[in-house]
Amino acid sequence: MKSLEYLEQRAGWVRRETLRLHQRAPGTRVASSLSSVEIFVVLYYGRILRYRSEDVHWEDRDRLVVSKGHGATSLYPILADLGFFPMDELTRISQPESFLGIIPDARVPGIETINGSLGHGLGVACGMAVALKRKGSKRTVFVVTGDGELNSGSVWEGVMFAAYHRLDNLIMIVDNNRMSMLGFQKDILGLEPLADKFRAFGWMASETDGHRIGDLYEAIHSLTKPKVMMPRVLIADTIKGKGVCDLENDPLCHVKSLPYDQIEKILGS
Amino acid sequence: MKTMRDVVIDKIFEKMHQNDRIFFLSADMGAPSLDRLRAQFTHRFLNVGIAEQNLVNIATGLALEGFCVYAYAIAPFLAMRAYEQTRTNLSLLSQIRRFNVNLIGVGGGVSYDVSGPTHHCLEDLTLMRTLPHLVVFSPSDWVLAERFVDYSLELNQPKYIRLDGKPLPSIYEENGNIHLEKGFCELKKGKDICIVSTGYMTHKALRIAKALAENHERMGVVDVFLLKPLDETSLKSTLQKYKVVITAEEAFVGKGGLDSLVSCIMEDANCTVKVKRLGFGDEYTFSTGGRDYLYAQHHLSDADFISLIDESKRLL
Repeated sequence: MKSLEYLEQRAGWVRRETLRLHQRAPGTRVASSLSSVEIFVVLYYGRILRYRSEDVHWEDRDRLVVSKGHGATSLYPILADLGFFPMDELTRISQPESFLGIIPDARVPGIETINGSLGHGLGVACGMAVALKRKGSKRTVFVVTGDGELNSGSVWEGVMFAAYHRLDNLIMIVDNNRMSMLGFQKDILGLEPLADKFRAFGWMASETDGHRIGDLYEAIHSLTKPKVMMPRVLIADTIKGKGVCDLENDPLCHVKSLPYDQIEKILGS
Repeated sequence: MKTMRDVVIDKIFEKMHQNDRIFFLSADMGAPSLDRLRAQFTHRFLNVGIAEQNLVNIATGLALEGFCVYAYAIAPFLAMRAYEQTRTNLSLLSQIRRFNVNLIGVGGGVSYDVSGPTHHCLEDLTLMRTLPHLVVFSPSDWVLAERFVDYSLELNQPKYIRLDGKPLPSIYEENGNIHLEKGFCELKKGKDICIVSTGYMTHKALRIAKALAENHERMGVVDVFLLKPLDETSLKSTLQKYKVVITAEEAFVGKGGLDSLVSCIMEDANCTVKVKRLGFGDEYTFSTGGRDYLYAQHHLSDADFISLIDESKRLL
């Protein structure tokens, strides 16, 4: 792995680029995208994922399903930086003819599925994980979900399936920012105790701070070394809007757009 | 008499011996023919449980990894509970990526007659037809259904296959020439009036055509088995030879199913052919009874058909 300082430096850059993207495309869900920055940074720059940016469907790649499509514009700068597509594309987000939409889809090199509709990613990832096992592949399927989408019954159909079929090549990372569109999860359905729920369903579950790069790296890295034949979930505790005071802990930050000048100020400081 | 599902599963079973990329998923739905498949292909058969949403999601993941997937469930639950999964992961995604998922819904129309309205499936043709890139197959007999298996392996895109739940006699010749890609077959050539039907209704149309033939009346019967895609130009020229076309389907009428397909084609043709529609009215049926009873409840008895034909004659 690269040094922690390098990962932290990359996370800072991705956070700034995510704000730049929001400047160009105010419809991007910036608060949600800022909570997942470190997760994507560790997966890609931490060399957790195997990939070939010049051959996106390389058979020997690890699969990443970005179920949390609304909060994934932070992935765009990473994919561009790693050569999945030219950096120039970032300036064209949300413009006609650009493949970079507000929500990433399979047109974007490096994105496997359609992600705008929540609650689908885990099931599709389960299908991929079964397929890889049947093909004799040693690769892993990662799926990044939000916590809000865990309200969907279809997720728990996938949770049961993965446990029953002992999909130890499946790793789920929950970007647990504890908020969805209308406020805090605790005031909506109350997902806690989330890790225990997964354990009760037959998963190996762990928890970590989702912004402290060192902890996050260690937590994800340890999940990639299976000791038991179980699917694994990491609940990464994050802050929606991380790094921007006006977004952090604003219960309605999901749909909040930051004015252009405010972003200039943040980036300048 | 054979059930479409057993014939289809037997054919898939046969193909699974030759093709190790075929995967069969079931949402806890069985069939006598499925027992040996799941016993023999333990690595390429999975029961996902009573979870149709996950059935479609798992099928998508497997197919993206190169498997040709058959996903088998009870028609109304496959078509409707998992509709948004079908829209997002099959229809939408297949505009970008190529993959092969075959949804097999058993119990189209009211073929699960006595099980009541939850098990009747009168919406699926409309719903599935609206989804881009989704092939919609509605066979009238087991010969067509069996023939479709080879076709489904070659056609690398998502499909919805609507099978009748009851054993039915064959219509097509077992070794006959069937042009699946054309999407329809003019089973009987007639004069002036023609019934255009799909699925089980084609059996009824043929029975009525036979009865009319005893009175020396020649009524045409066109069986539409692929609602999408089909050779519209060819269907148009076939139907233009008639003066009145009566559509017949085990589906809600006037809501986007076969009747809508035929009406749009004929309207585009700018011709004088009149289109009449037969199907189920805008309500569910709770009272349980056999298929004939349900047909009578919805004014779809043979006598109702004949009176519509008589009425149509007055338009000639």
